Amino acid sequence: MSLRDSAAVVGVGATPYYRRGQSLPETPLSMSCTAILAALEDAGLTVNDLDGFAIYAGSCEPAEVASVLGVPEVRFAAGLTSGGGGSAGALGLAAAAIHSGMAEVVVTLMTLQQVNRRLGGTVVEGSEGGGGGGGGGAYGGGGVPPNDAFTTASGLLSPGHSFSILTQRHMELYGTTREHLAAIAISQRDNAIRRPSSIRQDPLTVDDYFNARMISDPLCLFDYTMETDGAVAIITTSAERAKDLRQPPVHIMASANGGTGRWGPAIFKYFQTPDEDFASSGHRPVAKRLFEMAGVTADDVDVALLYDHFSPLVLMQLEDYGFCGIGEGGAFVAEGNHRWPTGKIPVNTHGGHLSEAYIIGMTHIREAVEQLRGVAINQVEGAEIALVTGGPASLPVSATLLRR
Amino acid sequence: MTSEPKVGVYPPPMTDPHANEATQPFWDAALEGRLVAPKCTKCETVVLPPQPRCFECQNDSFEYTDLPGTGQVFSYTIVRHPLSPKLKDVVPYVGAVVTLDGTQGAGARMVVNLIDCDPESVRIGDPIRIVFDKVSETLAVPRAVPA
Repeated sequence: MSLRDSAAVVGVGATPYYRRGQSLPETPLSMSCTAILAALEDAGLTVNDLDGFAIYAGSCEPAEVASVLGVPEVRFAAGLTSGGGGSAGALGLAAAAIHSGMAEVVVTLMTLQQVNRRLGGTVVEGSEGGGGGGGGGAYGGGGVPPNDAFTTASGLLSPGHSFSILTQRHMELYGTTREHLAAIAISQRDNAIRRPSSIRQDPLTVDDYFNARMISDPLCLFDYTMETDGAVAIITTSAERAKDLRQPPVHIMASANGGTGRWGPAIFKYFQTPDEDFASSGHRPVAKRLFEMAGVTADDVDVALLYDHFSPLVLMQLEDYGFCGIGEGGAFVAEGNHRWPTGKIPVNTHGGHLSEAYIIGMTHIREAVEQLRGVAINQVEGAEIALVTGGPASLPVSATLLRR
Repeated sequence: MTSEPKVGVYPPPMTDPHANEATQPFWDAALEGRLVAPKCTKCETVVLPPQPRCFECQNDSFEYTDLPGTGQVFSYTIVRHPLSPKLKDVVPYVGAVVTLDGTQGAGARMVVNLIDCDPESVRIGDPIRIVFDKVSETLAVPRAVPA
């Protein structure tokens, strides 16, 4: 008894997207409330209907938000572990809560405000352990974990460094090139330019890409996500109740999260992932379970919203979700198969983290919903099925298939 | 032991290994310039850094064993953008994941700063040797050099 098609996304709400730190004097709490209220309004619901929180990565404190908004009764409050890897999968958590009868109207949310603290270990303090995780707070309460000493002298300090290591390996094994990464960055910028919500709206050329400064070889500035502030909320309810609401329902066909145990936190800590999985997005087992639950294949997907903290991970997810063969991602994007509107599988039609905004995966869910409502700015004609992913990061990574 | 910033050599922020019973033998050997690693007493899988269980057989018993100290570059990055002001005279430096001879590979890789090399000419598969850089009386950190 899977949760297939038992729940539907019925509301989407967001604050404006801001450049990092520009959301002041808003607070994470105020932005959370704004996004949730907008999403409820979009669905034709109110705070009185809301009874669940299905979140990830500590996106908000449900106790606080429920109290501030005056939610009559919270019946479900849970989150997927890990970070952005849980974004798409949080919809599955919402569907599970609804399918099991634990809650009826569930919000999934991310709020990001990077004023005092930047994600990704851009400040070395707090990264004493190294290993590419970015901010372990090694000298915080509880003392220094003994294994931190094993990575402390590596100089690998941020997720970007970790994913550079992964990318270099992919290049070695499969002949992937920087031109391939440029094809992803440029396609997404082309999509972003057409959207008023995008932070980056200036054109990006191949020359611009190759003239950009290298951050950590083989990744340059335009392979890295932007840093932005904002909040996005998604409302999910039962497929039955969704029929009578304001928006056409977007059904949750299937959702999966997890990954191979030995993937674990590997890329953020000790890099011990087995050879066969190392140069991948970590999504292969999740992809398999996702498509099995939905009863469809990659060929049935009309638009793919792939988590893009770094451009090469889009390429690796194209492989791991079966849009092309393992190791063929480079050639696939070189042929423009990922481009909207002409490619076989338009990817990140909103511009993604690379060019629209970085709200840790939530903009991808928002775009999937808009595509399936038929109201996206870069609309894929006749889109019926959308793939949304979260991660690649520490386990769990996740994905959800949505259908009109 | 404290030296001026040097291009290519990442300065570790820790000066003590904060060792426990499981990790102390590694750091004791490191101060002597030797590479050792815990090996599962049941299935001989090398698990580095040390962990409470063997990921192959779930055994909780390990014995430290000497390794040759040689290996290969499994993957790497050339860090060019300094993530803090104190690294501005250190970049570019190479951060690498290396496999160690005498181990099964995955599960016993090391994450190290590859020094004494031309970053532009580093390639996956390059042979390396682990060396230890004494940064305090209690800590000698592992680095890799071209072999």
